[in-house]
Amino acid sequence: MKILILGAGQVGSTVAESLVGEANDITVVDTDAEKLRQLQDRLDLRTLAGNAAHPSTLEKAGIVDTDMLLAVTQSDEVNMVACKLASSLYNTPTRIARIRSADFLARTEVFSKENFCVDFSICPEQILTDYIVKLIEFPEALQVQKFSQGKASLVAVRAFQGGPLVGKPLSVLRANMPHIETRVAAIFRKDGPIIPEGSTVIEDGDEIFFIAATDNIRSVLKEMRRMDKPCRRVMIVGGGNIGRRLAKALEHDYQVKLIEYNKKSCQKLAEDLTRALVLNGDGTDEKLLQQEHVGEVDVFCALTNDDENNIMSALLAKQGGAGKVIALINRSAYVDLLQGGKIDIALSPAHVTIGSLLAYVRQGDVAAVHSLRRGAAEVLELVVHGDRQSSRVVGRRIDEIDLPKGATIGAIVRSDQVIMGHHDTVIEAEDHVIVFVVNKAMVHKVEKLFQVSIGFF
Amino acid sequence: MRRTLTVVHALGLMLMVFSVSYLMPVAASLIYSDGTTIDFLVAMVWTSAIGFLMWLLTRRYKGELSIRHGYLLVVAMWTAMPAVATLPLLLVIDNLSFTKAYFEAISGITTTGATVLTGLDTLPPAINIWRHELQWLGGMGIIVLAVAILPLLGVGGRQLFKAETPGPMKDTALTPRITETARNLWLIYLGITIACILSLKIAGMNWLDAVCHAFSTMSTGGFSTHDASIGYYNSPSLELILSVFMLLAAMNFATHFLAWRTKSLRLYLRDSEAISLIGLILASCLGIALFLWWRNVYPSFWIALRHASFNLVSMATDSGFASVDFGQWPIFAPLWMLFLSCITASSGSTGGGIKMIRTLILFKQAGREFIKLLHPAAINPMKIGGSVVPNNIVFAVLGFIFLYFMTVATLTFALLGSNMDFISSFSAVITCINNAGPGLGEVGPAGNFAGLTAFQDWVCILGMLAGRLEIFTVLILFTPHFWRR
Repeated sequence: MKILILGAGQVGSTVAESLVGEANDITVVDTDAEKLRQLQDRLDLRTLAGNAAHPSTLEKAGIVDTDMLLAVTQSDEVNMVACKLASSLYNTPTRIARIRSADFLARTEVFSKENFCVDFSICPEQILTDYIVKLIEFPEALQVQKFSQGKASLVAVRAFQGGPLVGKPLSVLRANMPHIETRVAAIFRKDGPIIPEGSTVIEDGDEIFFIAATDNIRSVLKEMRRMDKPCRRVMIVGGGNIGRRLAKALEHDYQVKLIEYNKKSCQKLAEDLTRALVLNGDGTDEKLLQQEHVGEVDVFCALTNDDENNIMSALLAKQGGAGKVIALINRSAYVDLLQGGKIDIALSPAHVTIGSLLAYVRQGDVAAVHSLRRGAAEVLELVVHGDRQSSRVVGRRIDEIDLPKGATIGAIVRSDQVIMGHHDTVIEAEDHVIVFVVNKAMVHKVEKLFQVSIGFF
Repeated sequence: MRRTLTVVHALGLMLMVFSVSYLMPVAASLIYSDGTTIDFLVAMVWTSAIGFLMWLLTRRYKGELSIRHGYLLVVAMWTAMPAVATLPLLLVIDNLSFTKAYFEAISGITTTGATVLTGLDTLPPAINIWRHELQWLGGMGIIVLAVAILPLLGVGGRQLFKAETPGPMKDTALTPRITETARNLWLIYLGITIACILSLKIAGMNWLDAVCHAFSTMSTGGFSTHDASIGYYNSPSLELILSVFMLLAAMNFATHFLAWRTKSLRLYLRDSEAISLIGLILASCLGIALFLWWRNVYPSFWIALRHASFNLVSMATDSGFASVDFGQWPIFAPLWMLFLSCITASSGSTGGGIKMIRTLILFKQAGREFIKLLHPAAINPMKIGGSVVPNNIVFAVLGFIFLYFMTVATLTFALLGSNMDFISSFSAVITCINNAGPGLGEVGPAGNFAGLTAFQDWVCILGMLAGRLEIFTVLILFTPHFWRR
């Protein structure tokens, strides 16, 4: 597949990185030649310096035979113009744009075929914000991912010594909750995946991934580990794009304090927010944190642009007695270093946001992709079509499907119903199947399996 | 000096325009044949002659006005127009001194509604029309009216508008052009007035009373054609209609305009002044009604509610109608009503006093100080209705409040010094500076301002003028800086 990426910023380079590994021809365009050089040194792709909204640049980048355009520059306007050009001048089949401004998003007709021809718009900041909001809503969870417009959810929790399930086999779960359908899709122990069976015994420190209907998450969580007290006070460090969105999303349901270093930004934030308290200061200043009672805070989020600052202020907050600390960390090396240590959740923005893009890039009918464990594993939501003849999935029981090793079917969403994947469940056409893949190398095989054979058309 | 003559030139023009307003009482005197036609025509000729002379002699100084002279022109108009408006009063009513006539005229034009005349029921209809028309014209500000016409004549409008439109929200422009804005506001004012006239007529007033009371309601003036004010009719439906229109008049006309243009009532919910006004008045009505019932002033709660509501709305919106002698109520109730008259009216309305927006700003400022003490690092801008109020406006409001209270104190002392009792002098000053109408004691709803000495009259006149023109506009003329080059 030929893919053209406009913009080599945070989003552009992460997308390029994960797509390069999947045998795609990638060209990246940016105005900053230095950034492109660094990217080319690292990855096997083509780069071009120039203005992404100019037809001449697009032509040089080979837009004529490109299959997919990803316009992810800093500027909404450039992204929209590039999509429009790609559609009207070059007939590019798929056009995806990063759009941040709520003004554009509020008027979806702007993106229609008659106007800017954007097939799909993504806003990484918003995806990340929604992700953190979920984590605050379910303070016990390490990760919450939604499928099928939020009907089913995948939740990750860490088992602790003294939790109700530790030291017991998984079959206890079913005995304790006869009315609630849930399925443990995978367990990670000391970084290695375990395919769970009824007899698997949960140990202290295990990361457990389970799937359930979204309405049932709270009851299942209760079974997994003792409930933390509900979250009421949230402190956010960093009033950038993510901090501001998060504060806005939380301010009506929680007591929110937002710390921002830049006084001018503070002024703007305070004008923008209605109930959150905006504080001017340094998130790594322990005096300020103490003065604002960081010890009483239930969730502390360090969301500045600077990894080291985020780590330091998260550590200070934890030291000061904050309940759960979340740090935004861009460098993946740091993420692996810190997760599970003193910092409860180390968030890698790239891994959180890449899923929604990947869903479009991938072949087959992929409705959602979420990467887990910093990209080591993936959950896919696949839509199945065809019948028993044309598809290798439809009309078969789960134990009849020839799944590659390391892949499990977690659940099926059939119209409004969430069905857990038992060995005798029969898959029907148009089902959304949630497949858990613990080894990323298997993703391609899984996608192949779910594709309809040529005879269908 | 040159610029001052420019002001005189503009003032001359204003007076000529103003002389047109005599046509309405002339028409009334013809309809009711009360024999005052000649008097009004004489007054009209004199007014236009004075205006024409001022305009003619200074025509060499015609030019754009600076903001500084906008203030001078505003104050000059609000003193000159009552002066010429006394002419018909002096010609028709016997034994009326110039001071009393001037008091009556400025009480009309500043929409105060305090009267020095007795036997209102027996006055010629044309005189009553004239008194109420003065209020109506003063209500929206003859200025706003003139702003719609004057720019056509080459006199700058925006400076005048800035000095005239009350309250700190004057910079929210409604339409790109100032003339357009003024014309639109005026049309809204006219439209609601006509609705008020028709409602009053349907509810049982005769045409003369309906027109007069609609005029004094929409301007939150409070003049009546009867000595007993609204108590003369003893009609709950009239009281209800008047209350509704008084509340409308006490809201920002810009909100009325926007609501009318977008055909949506939701705008009122977004106007934090309107919300606070309605909330405060409703709570107060209930509270005062319960209080009066508890103190056995009225035999039943519903009667108490009826009288408390009408008189409280009338005082709080700075209208000053009365349906009963609320001066006889236990002192808590009338004092609370006077207190409301200070703070309730919205900016951009015809009401007076401190204005609700300033009250809200100061309330929030107090809250900000608390936050600042608890969280020294907090950045906490002042927000009213979702938009930020810059600090310089907060300071201006603080300055205004200080001047307001100093003016009240100074004028009260002046009245006390002239041998008036405390409650009368204090309430007279409050009611004048808020452009409300009746006070308590000697100047209460049962009495009026007729018994005041000439000195006391002028103190009240100063209060009405300062209150109507937002104090700054008047006092700025007394600062040495104003006159320095």
